[in-house]
Amino acid sequence: MSAVEPATPSFRRKLAVVSAGLSQPSSTRLLADRLAEATKAWLGNLDVELDVIELRDLAQDVTNNLLTGYPSPRLEAAIEKVTNADGLIAVTPIFTTSYSGLFKSFIDVLDPQSLTGMPVLLGATGGTERHSLAIDYGMRPLFSYLHAVAVPTGVYAASSDWGSDAGLSERIDRAASELAALVAVSERSAQTRDPFALPEGFSPVGSFGAQ
Amino acid sequence: MQFGIFTVSDVTEDPTTGTTPTENDRIKALVAIAKKAEEVGLDVFALGEHHNPPFVSSSPTTMLGYIAAQTEKLILSTSTTLITTNDPVKIAEDYAMLQHLADGRVDVMMGRGNTGPVYPWFGKDIRDGIELAVENYALLHRLWREDFVDWQGKFRTPLQGFQSTPRPLDGVPPFVWHGSIRSPEIAEQAAYYGDGFFANNIFWPKEHYMKLIGYYRQRFEHYGHGTASQAIVGLGGQAFMRKNSQDAKAEFRPYFDNAPVYGHGPSMEDFTEQTPLTVGSPQEVIDRYAAMREHFGDYQRQLFLMDHAGLPLKTVLEQLDILGEEVVPALRKEFAVGRPATVPDGPTHASLVARRAKDEQQGAARDAAAASGPAPTGEMKDGAAASHPEAAR
Repeated sequence: MSAVEPATPSFRRKLAVVSAGLSQPSSTRLLADRLAEATKAWLGNLDVELDVIELRDLAQDVTNNLLTGYPSPRLEAAIEKVTNADGLIAVTPIFTTSYSGLFKSFIDVLDPQSLTGMPVLLGATGGTERHSLAIDYGMRPLFSYLHAVAVPTGVYAASSDWGSDAGLSERIDRAASELAALVAVSERSAQTRDPFALPEGFSPVGSFGAQ
Repeated sequence: MQFGIFTVSDVTEDPTTGTTPTENDRIKALVAIAKKAEEVGLDVFALGEHHNPPFVSSSPTTMLGYIAAQTEKLILSTSTTLITTNDPVKIAEDYAMLQHLADGRVDVMMGRGNTGPVYPWFGKDIRDGIELAVENYALLHRLWREDFVDWQGKFRTPLQGFQSTPRPLDGVPPFVWHGSIRSPEIAEQAAYYGDGFFANNIFWPKEHYMKLIGYYRQRFEHYGHGTASQAIVGLGGQAFMRKNSQDAKAEFRPYFDNAPVYGHGPSMEDFTEQTPLTVGSPQEVIDRYAAMREHFGDYQRQLFLMDHAGLPLKTVLEQLDILGEEVVPALRKEFAVGRPATVPDGPTHASLVARRAKDEQQGAARDAAAASGPAPTGEMKDGAAASHPEAAR
């Protein structure tokens, strides 16, 4: 529904990070921070504003939004940071073969059109490396449905990855370079969205109304 | 400024006693509530329309006709009438009949309805909601204004030389409000026709409605019905009152915590902060609602939801006593202060009859053009409609 009008391009790039880890500290947040740092590094001299959304802090607000249909002021602020970004790093723990319920609930309260064209880096954590494909069979279809642009490399970190030389750093670096390439040319954060834009061709009397 | 109540007609268990009224109890309670509204000096009683339990109001004109016979001043309205799934021909007939029986004390609020299965039960598709609301209302608008209608649309069987009866009382159709929670299309539709816009703001924060109402006002002016400040705006509200604020909170909390829609969600404190729900002393309610026009501009109608979530009839009637005897008189005074003379009052049958007489005096030629004018199409976004006779009504 939102129409997009190009505004003056800004040189500042906005990068949003959504971390759905439940414990504090969480390995999900650890991975999210690594992905964010690596992406910033690839963006080099570009001015980058980084906003990290810890869903744990918003868990009750997300549930209330599911029940009432509207976001609390602080959840609304978080949603705006995510949907107005030039790129999104989305990281969730894998629970019972898929993204966590909290992660999906947050996605569910977004306007389904609000991530259209959004460059996204998909990340996930889990206890065992056997769930690494959850990124590709669980997360990737979700973001495809939302018309987001998920970069080809997803980064899965099992518990064992934090203590071995199994190539986690290389995967992080590769995925970050893919995201940075899209963020560098993104104008999403400089665009103005008009919530009252009427759909193309809308007539208040209808297409047949006065015949 | 008109004050009144609106109800969704839910049959809900009283969480403090575990008892649930029967449908018959609730139907009779709604009649008692409407009569009480008139008794305590409120202006409007508006009744919802639903086609699924736990709601009892499936046939609003039957109930409103019964209430009309037992009241003298109360304006009978709806909250809302389903413009999507009802046949607009039947709406034209039912509400014109009610208008005659009630001697003009009738207006209608159009709404789309958000209960998914109701659409297929009535042979419609919820994905066509906006399109149904727009097309069906375009037909209804003509049925009430033209004696014989030739019409063809996408959703309904065509009409040739159809006359809807009875014709509206005194040749003046019931005033129409368009209710919306979030859709700019409906604000646009209300503005195009110069109809009222009712923002049911009881479940969402005010910032959203400030923008939506601002948009409607701006478009009302664009279509040539008057200035933005003259657009016809209605707002929802919700209150529970006792003499002592703490007593009100303690008594209402179990109803809040278990209420349909928002129960088991946000705390009563968060919800009262974020929405117009006010639980406290009558003075707190007065203060909160007196400030509404600072956010939304001077407006025409304020409706309160007072009877849902299983509140017993006795309590609801007590609430209406407080609302009618303490809160509304104070609000009437507050709202009158500094209200520009150019801002219209809430529309009544008498005011519509007077406006029609004035319009006829001023431009019989324009009325003739309206009856045979060219079909408006999709271009009115860029201002073409300002010259359309309907827009200049």
